[in-house]
Amino acid sequence: MGKPSIFTPFKAVKFLFKKPKTLRYPFELKEPAAHYRGFHLNDWDACTGCGNCSDICPNDAITMIEIPEIEPELGKKNERPQIDYGRCCFCGLCVDVCPPGSLRLSRDYIHVHFDTGTFISLPKDDKADKENFVPAEEYSVLKASLTHRKQDYEGFVSDLDYTLFDPERVPMPEIPPDVRKLSFVEQVIGYNREEARKEASRCLECKLCEDACPAHLKISDYIKAIYEDKPDESLRKIYEDNPIPSMCGRICMKPCEDACSLSIRGESLSIRWLKRYTADTIADFKKTLEQKPVEPIGKKVAVIGAGPSGLSVAYFLRLKGYEVVVFDNLPGGGGTMRTGPPLYRLPLEGIDKDVDYIASLGVDFKFNTKVGEDVMFEDLLRDYDAVFMGIGTTVSRSTRVKNAEKCTLALDFLRDNKIGEKRKIGKEVIIIGGGNVALDTARETLRLQNMQYPNEGTVTKTVSLEDWDEMPGSEEEITESKEEGVVFNPAWGPKEVVLNEEGNIKGLLCVKVKSVFNEEGKFAPNFDEEKEMLLEGDMIIEAIGQGPDFSFIPAELLEKLEYTERRKVKVDKNGMTSIQKLFAGGDIVNLNLDAVTAIADAKIATEGIDNILFPH
Amino acid sequence: MRELELYFGPQHLGMVGNFSITLNVEGDRIIKAASNPGYLHRGFEKLMEYRTWIQNFTLVCRINVIEPDSMELMYSMAVEDLAGIEVPERAEYIRSIYLELARVGSHLFGLWAYANMLGFDTVANWAMYHRDLILDLFEEITGARVYHMYIWPGGVRRDFPKGLKDRIVKTLHKIGSGVPDYDDTFFNNRLFYDRAKNVGKVTRKQALEMGAVGQVLRATGMKYDIRKIEPYAAYDKVDWEIPTREDGDAYSRIWIVRDEMIESVHMIFKLLDDMPEGSVYNRIPNPFKWNIPAGETYVRCESSRGELGLYMASNGEDKPYRVHFNTPSYSHGLTILEEVLKGESVADVGNIMMSLYIVAPEIDR
Repeated sequence: MGKPSIFTPFKAVKFLFKKPKTLRYPFELKEPAAHYRGFHLNDWDACTGCGNCSDICPNDAITMIEIPEIEPELGKKNERPQIDYGRCCFCGLCVDVCPPGSLRLSRDYIHVHFDTGTFISLPKDDKADKENFVPAEEYSVLKASLTHRKQDYEGFVSDLDYTLFDPERVPMPEIPPDVRKLSFVEQVIGYNREEARKEASRCLECKLCEDACPAHLKISDYIKAIYEDKPDESLRKIYEDNPIPSMCGRICMKPCEDACSLSIRGESLSIRWLKRYTADTIADFKKTLEQKPVEPIGKKVAVIGAGPSGLSVAYFLRLKGYEVVVFDNLPGGGGTMRTGPPLYRLPLEGIDKDVDYIASLGVDFKFNTKVGEDVMFEDLLRDYDAVFMGIGTTVSRSTRVKNAEKCTLALDFLRDNKIGEKRKIGKEVIIIGGGNVALDTARETLRLQNMQYPNEGTVTKTVSLEDWDEMPGSEEEITESKEEGVVFNPAWGPKEVVLNEEGNIKGLLCVKVKSVFNEEGKFAPNFDEEKEMLLEGDMIIEAIGQGPDFSFIPAELLEKLEYTERRKVKVDKNGMTSIQKLFAGGDIVNLNLDAVTAIADAKIATEGIDNILFPH
Repeated sequence: MRELELYFGPQHLGMVGNFSITLNVEGDRIIKAASNPGYLHRGFEKLMEYRTWIQNFTLVCRINVIEPDSMELMYSMAVEDLAGIEVPERAEYIRSIYLELARVGSHLFGLWAYANMLGFDTVANWAMYHRDLILDLFEEITGARVYHMYIWPGGVRRDFPKGLKDRIVKTLHKIGSGVPDYDDTFFNNRLFYDRAKNVGKVTRKQALEMGAVGQVLRATGMKYDIRKIEPYAAYDKVDWEIPTREDGDAYSRIWIVRDEMIESVHMIFKLLDDMPEGSVYNRIPNPFKWNIPAGETYVRCESSRGELGLYMASNGEDKPYRVHFNTPSYSHGLTILEEVLKGESVADVGNIMMSLYIVAPEIDR
């Protein structure tokens, strides 16, 4: 190739006659791309204040600021992110890690101001901030700043396919419905090591769950320990707040999982199953925990009832050096846990593991001992420095419709099947109720039918006042019951138990329910008397609720016991009832009626007993 | 004649900034040249030891302003290698297309700098305009014009938006239609020929001894390109040629830049046609609990300036233990430049430096 000509460059002269390409800013503007990464937008209603954006920010540009006007609620803190635009690099990691997807980036990117303080901004979006976000026609680039931004100018937004968190949980291995309904085998198999670690790795450590947990377990810490493959450490963290992990790991109502930030757009972390993993993995709690009760302090506490609240009080007090005696009329510990949750959900080994550990600390358990018969309540109140009452709700209520005395009561039925002799079951059984006890009863009935009448075409049906949308049973239980073949009859109310000539149950006459609650939200069922239906069946089990049994308290003392408006035992901030030295907790005190709230009550009562016996 | 010491940069018309050369001259001839890097030292390699694996993803792009994308790729490849993360096939195609766009953009920027240096302001402005068109595409793909933060471990951050293929083709055709103008005004310009021919010659022997890569090596006739030698992304799924020249001078190097751009555009068209459907991201572990198993790796790619390497070691924690980049500008700017400048005239310092495609931020990391 020879030397190029010197004339060719002159062809460029033609460009003299072409229009320039340069945009004349600010008169000619260039629209940013649809997914431009500009200033932040934050939907305050959706934001949970979890602080993940602040944690991931590579430049520490995001600070969580407490907003006093926002009421904290389940799964939501009253904190919102504040961005320092002197540090922000507009990488958008905060957007990709935001669990609710409330944090987004807009296409605005110009901020001019003399005051560097204005570069710190608490982002809201055009929904909440009408003042600083103006419609496109009012927008002027000459005024463009963090306080003059365009409405509807969303840019880089979160996409569930590209998030930095995993919205899907590791599936829990379970026995399939058609197999598990044939026996009382435990339905949930439990995570193995790999599965547990993988599931634990999903935790974002935002701790919204810890606020939601009544007992405020250090969930984030014990999950992290599982992820780090240190189940010992995990168990120690759990025992700081919860002495019954094998039980809670199976039957907890898990308010934590409802609060989990992953549950907003995906599946929540399996916090309950991970706790169960820890409890099941460690064979010897005593060896792992190495807890020794402190020096005896010379105070004695009697605990009535070895249920979750009683066990927890005993455990916490024992660690403080109290001498604790627990009385229970059952042959073992667990209380309602021992008699209520069916074997396929909570086997006895799980209960005994927790109880045995508490006993090994030196708590004296007196089983098969009924307070009021074997020992007198007033003696306990006299002889001990304090008495804790965690007796639970043990008496099933009846519908009291005509011939209701022919029906079976759910709690008795469940108790006998679990720790006594299995009941003889009917071939076509009706369960009245829509709560978790009713569902447990129905599923247990189904199993008994399959065991007692294999392949005989048995039927289990429930009838509940509530329609699907307001059924009190947990979604999980409803789904599993359906999978196993329980037939539901929602929005029907029992009117009469119909008997045949021999006086045996023939069926249940039901009337259609118009509404269950009145306008004030109080329970006041309204029936359509014209619509009746006869549900056929040879056995009816009532599972419409339960109440406590205070018959062991002498009448003159019982009169002094005060109640709340919702018919719960009234306790003060120390967990003490209106009777001096008598403390209470668990289902007779709280409305949640679950184990973890009972533990929370027990923690209050423990501190209360300590405060009253050793005033500071 | 008296020997003088002359400071060329960092404040000098012929210097793009952030770099300087101390020249010992005798009249117009250079006797000795010494490169002074460090004006832009931001300590990236050390900084990365204090940031988590995901946070580093936003940092690496800043090592090279002109072509941040190959830095992103290097980091992602190293993390994927250490952590054993697979990349979906579609993401591999997207990476290749995106990196070739980056190469065109980077070469246009280089052409701007070089043409500017020689006084060809018209061509320089065209190159800048055309680079902006590429940046428009990047803005659409990634949400940012310069620091894209797009390639991340496990794939890419978002799929291509709808209709992007047409817009890429349209943009590249628009830039392509300017090639005859570039040729007439610059590449086939007698002035360019006279200024660049036989200037800043690097022989094949010198190139190999001093660790030259990229255009500097290919201008000596070596068909050396990591995309061929050790294909990554989707480079093994498409046919293309390595442009080379024989003379080893500034003229050859700049012509290679031109030919590479054209080759890249053809490659992008082919990749766009063959691109499979599917996901573009295999989710990485939770960034707050992401510990990468202990180990070390060395990955390399062909950036627009030549072979770029990354050594990374993990000791099993949530942050890298050691990160070290092997950048082409390092050998070009520190060893080769000093050698090549000997005996050249002072007027050619900027010419030679830009033809070696030295990017100062890449040296200071």
